[in-house]
Parts: sequence; C-alpha cells; structure tokens
Amino acid sequence: MLDLLAGFIQELRAAGLPVSLTENLDAMEAVGHIPIEDREAFKYALGATLVKNHAHWKTFETVFEVYFALRGAEFGIDADDDASGDGQVGERQEGMPQAGVGGGMEALTPEQLAEMLYRALANADEAMMRALARQAVTRFAGMEPGRPVGGTYYLYRTLRNLDLEGVLERLMQSARDEATGELTLLEERLERDEFESRIAELRQEIEAEIRRRLVADRGVEAMARTLRKPLPEDVDFMHATREEMGALRRAIQPLARKLAVRLARKRRHGRKGPLDFRSTVRHSLSYGGVPAEPKFRYPRPSKPEIIVVADISGSVAAFARFTLHFVYAISSQFSKVRAFVFIDGIDEVTRFFEATEDINEAVHRVNTEADVIWVDGHSDYGHAFTEFWNRWGREVTPKTSVILLGDARNNYHASQGWVVGELRRRARHVFWLNPEPRSYWDTGDSIVSEYGIHCDGVFECRNLRQLERFVEHIA
Amino acid sequence: MSDNEHRFESVPAVREGLRSVDYLADEGIAGVVYLADRLQKPVLVEGPAGTGKTELAKSVARSTGARLIRLQCYEGLDESKALYEWNYKKQLLRIQAERNAAGWSEIEDDIFSEEFLLTRPLLEAIRADEPVVLLVDEVDRVEVETEALLLEVLSDYQVSVPELGTVSASQIPLVFLTSNNTRELSEALKRRCLYLHVDYPDLEREKEIVLTKVPGVSENLADQIARIVRSIRQLELKKAPSVSETLDWARTLLLLGIDSIDAEQAKETLHILLKYRTDITKAEKELSAG
Repeated sequence: MLDLLAGFIQELRAAGLPVSLTENLDAMEAVGHIPIEDREAFKYALGATLVKNHAHWKTFETVFEVYFALRGAEFGIDADDDASGDGQVGERQEGMPQAGVGGGMEALTPEQLAEMLYRALANADEAMMRALARQAVTRFAGMEPGRPVGGTYYLYRTLRNLDLEGVLERLMQSARDEATGELTLLEERLERDEFESRIAELRQEIEAEIRRRLVADRGVEAMARTLRKPLPEDVDFMHATREEMGALRRAIQPLARKLAVRLARKRRHGRKGPLDFRSTVRHSLSYGGVPAEPKFRYPRPSKPEIIVVADISGSVAAFARFTLHFVYAISSQFSKVRAFVFIDGIDEVTRFFEATEDINEAVHRVNTEADVIWVDGHSDYGHAFTEFWNRWGREVTPKTSVILLGDARNNYHASQGWVVGELRRRARHVFWLNPEPRSYWDTGDSIVSEYGIHCDGVFECRNLRQLERFVEHIA
Repeated sequence: MSDNEHRFESVPAVREGLRSVDYLADEGIAGVVYLADRLQKPVLVEGPAGTGKTELAKSVARSTGARLIRLQCYEGLDESKALYEWNYKKQLLRIQAERNAAGWSEIEDDIFSEEFLLTRPLLEAIRADEPVVLLVDEVDRVEVETEALLLEVLSDYQVSVPELGTVSASQIPLVFLTSNNTRELSEALKRRCLYLHVDYPDLEREKEIVLTKVPGVSENLADQIARIVRSIRQLELKKAPSVSETLDWARTLLLLGIDSIDAEQAKETLHILLKYRTDITKAEKELSAG
C-alpha cells in the first residue's frame, strides 16, 4: 500500500502538482481511516490531503484514473478486463454489471446498438451507458497497439460513428410526443439540457474508456506525460485551440477580480502616511491622555490613465481581444481607459465599451464594427501610428500610460518610429506588448526593436500569467 | 486530549448527522469532515459564493451539539482582534488605584493576570472546555502576514501569550476556514489543512436542497427549479446563481402560488436569481429562445 501511494504521489509531482512531504504523510494517515474498498472515499481522502488548489483537481482526477485503473485488475479494486472478455457473468463482482452485459454485446448489429444507446440515454441508465461506451470504443475507435496517435483521434472516430446529434434529435422528438399537449419553449429547452448533460456523461465514459486502454497499451508513465496539459494561465494566446480559448475567457474574470483586489490593497497599504495628529489626540483620551495608539494618514495615490492601442489583424487578434478584455475587467483600477484598434487604419473603440456592461459583447463589436481598414487590410503600423498622432496625439498627457499591442510585423512598410518617440515625450510611460516569443522578434518583417528603443519597456506577453504580471506592474 | 473520542463514527454517520440539521452533504463533503475529525486537522473550504461554505460549519456545530465560535476576517485584522488583548484601560485604572500602596512588582504580577486578559475568538476556542467548532470565515480577506497568526493555532492547537506562557487546548476544536478565493492563500496555511472545494450542487442534490429547505414546495416545482437553474448556470454570466439564490427563488414562487413555471413567470422573477442587468437580459433571451 505504501509503495502504491508513493508511486502515485510521484506521478502527481511529475504532472506538476506541488505535493509536500507533510501532505504525503497526511495522505498515508488519511487512507488508514477509511474503508479501503470504497473507491470514491479513497479518492476524496487523497484529494483532500494532496490537492490544495481547485485548478489542480482535474489533473488529479486524471492521474488518479490512470494510475489506479491499471493496478485495479491486480488489486481487485476494479475488475476491469477487456470488454470482449469471457462473459462469465456469474463470477463478476457486484456493482460491475456492465462487464456482464459487455460479454453479450459482440453479436449486436449496429442498428441494435444504436437502439440500445437511445434507450439507455432516455432512461438515464448509467450502467448501460458505461457498457455501451465500452462497446462503442471496441467497435469504432479502431485502436491498434503502439500506434502513435493521441486519445482525441480515437475519441473523434468513436463519436463520429455514434451520431450523437441524431440521437439527441430523436430524444427530443420522443419527449415532444410523450408530452400531453404542446411543449412550451421553456420545457423544450429544459428537456434538451437534460439530454445534453446525459450525452456529455456518455462522452466522458468514452473518453475514460479510451484512456484506460491507452494506459494498458503504453504504460502509466507514458500516458501521464501526454496528459500534462498546461493550466489556463499558461496557454499561449497565439496557438490556443478553440476549447482552450473558452477556458481562457472563463479564466479572465476571476483573474481580473483577484488582481483588482490586490491592486486596491496595495494602494491602501503601500506605505503609511504622516502622523494624523488630530486623530492621535482624540484616541489618547481613552488612555487618560497617554498617546498609546498613534494614528496615521493614508496616502491616496492617483490612479493612472490608460490608452490601449492594439493591432487586431488576423495573426494577433486573439491576443488583442484578451488584453482589451482584461484591461476593461479591471478598469475600476484606472481613472480612465481608452481603446484604439488598427490594422492599417485606426479607430477609437472606447464607445463600444462604454455603451454596454458586457465586455464580451463590446469585444465582439470591436471585431465587427470598428473602422480599421485603410487600403488593403494588411498591418501597417507606420500609417496607423501617424494617424493616431495626428488625430489624438494632443490628448496624451503626462498622466497617461500608453500601451501598444502587436507583433510589429509591418509588411515592410515605413516604421514611423518617431511617433512612438513623440508619444513618450508627452506620456508618463509607453509600453509595448508583443505576443510572440522573444526569439522571433526582429526576424522577417518584425521591427519591434525599431519601436522598442522609444518605449519604456517591451514585454513578451504570450499567456495570461505574463499579461497579469504586466498589468500589475503598471497599475 | 481526547484521542479516543471521535465526533463521528463513519462517513455515513456524518451524512446522517448533517441531514438531521437540514444540511445535505455529498460524498466528498461528508468524507472530508469525517477525516478532519479523525486526523484532527482543520478544513479549508473553498468555492463560489453562496454554496453553503459557512453553513457547513454551522451545521456541523449544530449536529454535534458543539458551540460555534466564529472569527470573521477582514482587512486589517490583527492579533488583538483575533487572539487576545490586554485590557489596557482596566490596567491603567488598577495602577492608578494602587499608586501609593503596593510595590511595582506586585502590581506587575497582578495586571498581567487572567483578569485583565480579553480573549478573542481563537484563544477562546482553545481555552473552551466543552466541544467547540471554530469557524474562520473568509480567511482570504486578511493580509498574507496576518495569516501567520493562525498557523500556531491550526497546527498545534495552542496560543503563546508572552506574559502568561503557552495555552494549550483541552479539547481539539474542529476548525473550518472558508475562502472565496480572492487571492492565493499561503503554502504554509494550505499545508496544514485538508482541502475541500464546494461547488454548485448537481441537479439531484439541488432539488433535494430545495425540498428540505423550503417547506411546502412540491416535488414537481422543485424539479423544475433545479433544472432551470442548471440551464442558467451553463450560460456565460458575470455571476451564476448561487444555492441561496435558488432557495430565495423557490420561496418567491411559493409565495406567488405558482406550482408549475412557464417561461413568462420565470422571466418576471429572474431578478431574484441574477443580480446584473446584463445577466438578466441574457438569461431572458436564452429562456425564450428554446
């Protein structure tokens, strides 16, 4: 048992979770207090002692599944043979009915399988769903030992064959038929949500099944390595998948909230002000005139004013979007925020953000309505900056911090670097954020250093973590 | 110390106990509470606002018949508010009253005795003879430096008062710390705690919660409420409806005498679930879009 746990903890550490020695000991003690055959309780005992950050919970769960699934067969926690197993129903452990069902499923035609799937989903029959997930993977995934493809590929193949969209429609249709009278829109939506959540459950079953088989094929270590996914704040803006984009968008709000709290705190407690004589004397009265509790005035530093000038051409659009989103999410920490976007023309977009409370919607409008095309819709930093200088240059004051966003890939146009120099002379600070890795700077048509020499700082800003650090720095 | 006396027999016993005071715990919650009792370790409870983190501590106290001592954290909380403080005013009076009589050393012994000690929640929990549950609420609101105050209490269940010596606990209090996650807590604090993340309940549990907490609500209505709330939580909102808001909504519907919600009624009462105008518009659109 001890070896088993030690191995598991090593695996967690390898997956990037910080597990200290005391936590290790706690986990050992904790599992001594719970019935070992209860897999759920076992998992929660380990979780409570080893994982102290909710963002890590998913990783923990995956590692747990991977690690204790393979050993399951040896230790009898989980009688988990191949689905095409021997079908000796009588000898199976209790609570594992799906294994019994799995034996008889080989003979089914695809139509029968689809029918069973439909019925399992309609009745929310979990055991049946698990068995079907297993059967579906055997049949459709086409897994071959040693083939170097990721789990997502198998998942895609399996799902394509199951046609879950069609099943959902069928479920909805039958719900409509069963209802007495017409379904109202609300009821229809609720039914749909219900079925969708069941289908999502099925998907998870299938994913787990595929993972289990990959583990059996490749071994725990290799599998755990492929499962090490970066946390949302470490995902690269420029190469995020659609799924990661969603995760990023959801991560922004809590991150911004944390940062705002931190900044507000810093502002209040940054340094103590001079002695507040009046207040000190007032408080000394309750000590018989002894000034036992000195009181201080708190300084009230002014909040900076921010102007964001962002390139929103295709290559860096995602980055600009996130930065705008983030800056506006903590706009309470600045006295004023103005936003400009450009490709080869430039437009002020502050009005979109002021018109609505919903930042998502504002960002969407920036992408669709801003007037940023001048000639051909290829980035031209030089023209955009000159334009900015002519139209709004006078509004930049010594209180303003200007943030320029972009990869400075100028398509070999004139750089007009003097504008940035002029801006710096007027503004408090000029910063440049570049979403490209530092090693790519000044390669090809990137001329970031031509602007960089005029800035107070040029920062690499590839993920949320770097963005957060930068914003904290300027506020 | 009462090593052989445990508050709970087993994990199911925890669930039963909590259910008897109308708190529906899921497997994870009950498991962690049970472990906290066995391992004599504090529990750090995190999760979105309004999912019953504080309620958990209160319910555990009620179900075990223990006294609840609560330390509400806020910015600027310090030793004198959390641990103990000398009653300076009383000390000054004492000195002035004795000005001519006794010598200084006697007075010194006297004014640093228990009579002049003002106990604050942490010290009180340690000194209590009867079983207590200590709730340190919203621990993320104190500064990182202040967190260190808690460490001695949480790991060794003792408080050092320089003038009096060390006060050790006569019984191990069950400690709950709650956090809304507005900042990362220090590693040192996390290491000493068991970690519990309380999320929004799933459909079945939410329905049960509505049924137990709102007397008079029908099974059908509770089911509908839970399902609509789940749908709303799936939207991308500024603030998803919490459990307490679900309960408020259920009560409202009950008062209005509604037994089966249609889209119109749902829309009219949405402002109880959602507190931002943009969120409400979004949810209205979604509910009527079908």
